[in-house]
Amino acid sequence: MILEVKDLEVYYGAIRALQGISFSVEKGEIVTLIGANGAGKSTTLRTISGLLVPRRGEIFFQGQKITRLPAHKIVRMGISHVPEGRQIFPNLTVKENLLMGAYTRNNRAEVEQSLEEVMTRFPRLRERAKQLAGTLSGGEQQMLAMGRGLMSKPTLLLLDEPSMGLSPLLVEEIFEIIKSINRQGTTILLVEQNAYMALQVAHRAYVLETGRIVLHGKAEELRANPRIRSAYLGEVEEQDGV
Amino acid sequence: MEYFLEQVLNGLQLGLMYALIALGYTMVYGIIQLINFAHGDVFMVGAFLGYFGFAVWGLPLPAAILLAMVACAALGVTIERVAYRPLRYAPKIAALISAIGVSLFLEYFSSLKFVFGPNYRVVPRPFAEVNWKIAGLTVTNIQVIVFVVVVAMLVLLQFLIYRTKIGMAMRTVAVDHNAARLMGVNVDNVISFTFAIGSAFAALGGILYALAYPQIHPFMGIMPGLKAFTAAVLGGIGIIPGAVLGALIMGQVETLTAAYVSSQLRDAIAFAILILVLLFRPKGLLGRTETEKV
Repeated sequence: MILEVKDLEVYYGAIRALQGISFSVEKGEIVTLIGANGAGKSTTLRTISGLLVPRRGEIFFQGQKITRLPAHKIVRMGISHVPEGRQIFPNLTVKENLLMGAYTRNNRAEVEQSLEEVMTRFPRLRERAKQLAGTLSGGEQQMLAMGRGLMSKPTLLLLDEPSMGLSPLLVEEIFEIIKSINRQGTTILLVEQNAYMALQVAHRAYVLETGRIVLHGKAEELRANPRIRSAYLGEVEEQDGV
Repeated sequence: MEYFLEQVLNGLQLGLMYALIALGYTMVYGIIQLINFAHGDVFMVGAFLGYFGFAVWGLPLPAAILLAMVACAALGVTIERVAYRPLRYAPKIAALISAIGVSLFLEYFSSLKFVFGPNYRVVPRPFAEVNWKIAGLTVTNIQVIVFVVVVAMLVLLQFLIYRTKIGMAMRTVAVDHNAARLMGVNVDNVISFTFAIGSAFAALGGILYALAYPQIHPFMGIMPGLKAFTAAVLGGIGIIPGAVLGALIMGQVETLTAAYVSSQLRDAIAFAILILVLLFRPKGLLGRTETEKV
């Protein structure tokens, strides 16, 4: 088990955003958290990466307790978080953004090699390496955010809404990239509102509703689940005997 | 005409010294959106430590300067740690009031007999002032020293911010603390580093100031501090080239006002600029209106 979350409770002031959730991610998996806006998906990722401090509960990464460690130490352990809304640095060039992703690494030659790998995976970033990141389109910014996230050579990649605001064609492309990153050995925890796409690429899924996990299972099982189909996949529930 | 050009040179000297101070205001603002009102007092402490190092303890001038810069860097880091960090996520007004408190503390603590003492002190010249006649203009060796030192510091700062890893980290912290944390940046350390650099620059500014206007006292930081703050706002607070541009303009305005209008009006006009900028161009000369994509 690469990541284990136990009874996590997180508050924003007096509001309990996570009401004691538990889940786990195995090495090599893509696990997705799906759910409506405000269900607590981003909160979960932000707590794992150390931006939020839980009131109760524990998080273990590769057997080590990481609960309450500061974010900059958690990155060093091998968790990379690509946040919602990309959060790229608009005042830095594309290349500098990528180098920031490797901030924790000191071997220059190895960083150069990662840079080469990321730019091969995202050729658009190579074309625009010297441009300020703020001038990129939404899709390019998403690619930059993901490329930057890979620059730390993470064991576990946390992806928050990678498809947000992108055209259907780009969404397809991004999910293909997610699959290929995973095939090359990176474990992925994916948060998505686009449940349809998330359930296509994930091995397993957890469904969040108002800070609780209400359902979990293999992705293909959830794809077939009528409740999921009506609530998250936009299909009308077939009702018997009416 | 020669008189005018000489005034411009004087204004340049003053403006460059303001620039050294203004950089500290603008870097700190850029990174934590706080006006560090104690910054002018760090400048004063720098001037005193340089004076003590050189004139009282008998250190060679470069050693005295280095001592003052290092000590003020430590002072700046301590101020942030004690007075601002606990209030970082409190309403902005709290940290601002804390800054004013630190400023008053430094002024009155320095005035104590066993610290720097309340009196004016005359700073002995470490070397004789030399005047050169160049194309009919009088240029002093102090003007040359100020020019060389400040330009060297600006180049150094530019290198630091755009060519080093810590500089890159500073630029990311300026945009978004959390995004920087996710890259593995220790945001607290970057903020401390920013205070250290800004305060060391202020100390150097204080020593240059004492070299050019050789009289120091515990309240000497107030006016240059406010002028440099005005310069930073004029150029666009948070923008480094803006601080330098603003400072150079302030130096000229002040010197030319004193030369051609009235030396009593120099401060009034300087602060009238502050008010006008805040009214008509609050983002400053180089400030842009936000056009960042969401």
